[in-house]
Amino acid sequence: MALPSQATAEAGSGPADPDLAATSGAGGSPLVGRSPAQLMWRRFRRDKTGVVSAVIVLFFILVAIAAPLISALYGKDPYTTYGLDEPGLLNPYGFPVLPNGGISSEFWFGIEPGLGRDVFTQLVYGIRTSLLIALAATAITTVIGIVVGIVAGYAGGRTDYFIGRTIDVLLSFPSTLFIIAFMPVVENLMVKPEEETPTWLRAASLIIFLTVFGWAGLARLLRGNVLSLREREFVEAARVTGASPGRIIFKELLPNLWTPILIQSTLLLPALVTSEAALSFLGVGMIEPVPDWGRMFLRGTEVYQADITYLMFPGVALLLFVVAFNLLGDSVRDAFDPKIRH
Amino acid sequence: MLRFLTRRTLGAAVILLIIAAVTFFLFFAVPADPARLACGKVCPPETLAQARHNLGMDQPIFVQFVTWLAGIFVGRDYEGLGHCPAPCLGFSFVNHAPVFETITDRMPVTISLTLGSAVIFLLFGVGTGIVAALNQGKALDKIASVSSLIGASVQIYFVGTLAMYFLVYQWNIIARPRYVPFTDNPLEWAYGLLLPWVVLAIIFTANYTRMARSTMVEQLSEDYVRTARAKGMSARTVILRFALRGTLTPIATIFGIDVATLIGGAIITETTFSLQGIGRLSIQAVLNSDLPMLMATVLLAAAAIVVFNVIVDALYAVIDPRVRLS
Repeated sequence: MALPSQATAEAGSGPADPDLAATSGAGGSPLVGRSPAQLMWRRFRRDKTGVVSAVIVLFFILVAIAAPLISALYGKDPYTTYGLDEPGLLNPYGFPVLPNGGISSEFWFGIEPGLGRDVFTQLVYGIRTSLLIALAATAITTVIGIVVGIVAGYAGGRTDYFIGRTIDVLLSFPSTLFIIAFMPVVENLMVKPEEETPTWLRAASLIIFLTVFGWAGLARLLRGNVLSLREREFVEAARVTGASPGRIIFKELLPNLWTPILIQSTLLLPALVTSEAALSFLGVGMIEPVPDWGRMFLRGTEVYQADITYLMFPGVALLLFVVAFNLLGDSVRDAFDPKIRH
Repeated sequence: MLRFLTRRTLGAAVILLIIAAVTFFLFFAVPADPARLACGKVCPPETLAQARHNLGMDQPIFVQFVTWLAGIFVGRDYEGLGHCPAPCLGFSFVNHAPVFETITDRMPVTISLTLGSAVIFLLFGVGTGIVAALNQGKALDKIASVSSLIGASVQIYFVGTLAMYFLVYQWNIIARPRYVPFTDNPLEWAYGLLLPWVVLAIIFTANYTRMARSTMVEQLSEDYVRTARAKGMSARTVILRFALRGTLTPIATIFGIDVATLIGGAIITETTFSLQGIGRLSIQAVLNSDLPMLMATVLLAAAAIVVFNVIVDALYAVIDPRVRLS
């Protein structure tokens, strides 16, 4: 869970104690305002829903990091086709012999219909795939959004107009359809017909596509914020004292933008996790054999009439993750801005 | 108002032109050989040459784009395939028909899907939001906020498939979703689309509940609402005639975006419920490498968003007299 820790890091050098950080005052400019970050962290700690959802989100992240360890302790991996290798697990139609998707003491969450892979490890490794792609896309999206938003708002004039129209075009683009349609084109271009698409290429394309269509919203929001901040006295004062544009942007404007940035990126991450899952569901996500929740959904919806259990695990897991993350986003927002209650 | 509309319509046209150009160049210029894609997997050389010629691909890409664009307004002749009347969005080699024909065939499905669910999620979402705002902090408010949060977090391919499994196949409560034209039988039309409507509404309602609740809470503390109350107006009048009106502006914004997105093709919903609308059409176009069809669906989806943006902005002035269009 990156957010509160990020906020404390922002507040100072103290790793754990925000009170200490406030007095030591290491790092950051005088205008960062240590106490707002500190207040935010305090308000957040008092918010029970926020803490519980943070724990759930943390749990998902830990599972993703510890996936190899979990799979070693559990004694299975997400790639072996147990159902095909060991007779008696799948019936002649490829469905688990045992009821409820083949759940047993050996296969905790059952086995995949058809290939007979272990569902539990697929789910555990699937978090990795989803989170890595979503995190990378969120990070790049946020950086681009910040840079473009500040440039547009601060520079104004023709630059602002040009960026504004680019954002208009991007926000009007049917992004999902475009990504689905353009993925084969990319592969046509990068991969020879006789070769398999490499995993890294698909992952990189997904991250790039999600970023290309993701930054515009954040940039537009930050542009608006910069426009109003630009006219404030402290910026004017900095300008009068001869501060360079770089200093004004990084030391005066940016510290005042962390709140919307943090809130937006907390909400962006779950949105990108679901986008990635949706793209995989539509057949342009991660390729076999990389475990992926979206592809589990795709397989699940193909076989649901005979084996509904296989669909339940990724379904419930994704729901839990997104609910927890959205609640966390709300709590972060409330902690930053206690006037607005959601 | 007229000046505003003219300006915004021109702006919208420019955006659409840019989107059309970008999509066209990316799809037609980047792949090694678009004609081969259009021609299919097994493609004899003479058919390939014919396809290339018919697509106009023996010409420079810019000429191709202008020809394609002109076709929308004046129609276009394809050698050996016949005339494609305006608005000609191209000729699909997969369906052996002008693209526009197929789109008009499929459009009613998508429009029906959108209309039905939009009515449900707008009324239900705003209604729940208002009730929650009036009962701020009470149990009803909490239930509304928790359920809207869950609703906003579920995936259509998950709930939709669960609904199909339990309601259709296990308990036989409702028949498999299917599209019957409204003009054939309005009752069958509504019955056939009821399940997709409700599932789609579950996902969209949440946004409206949250938005309506938070703006309603704000509105209730506005001076003009207090004045109306002080004059002795009934709570009902104050809420419905004064506070609700102020709530509608942000609602109109997200409603415009949502309806536009759905009109452009509810890809996942139509896939989940096997409805043959624009969303399915676009996916099939991708699978068949049917570039002209794909171009048309991308452009249609973009057009829906752009057009609804203009409509929403114009609506602001109608809803809120304080808004000046400039």
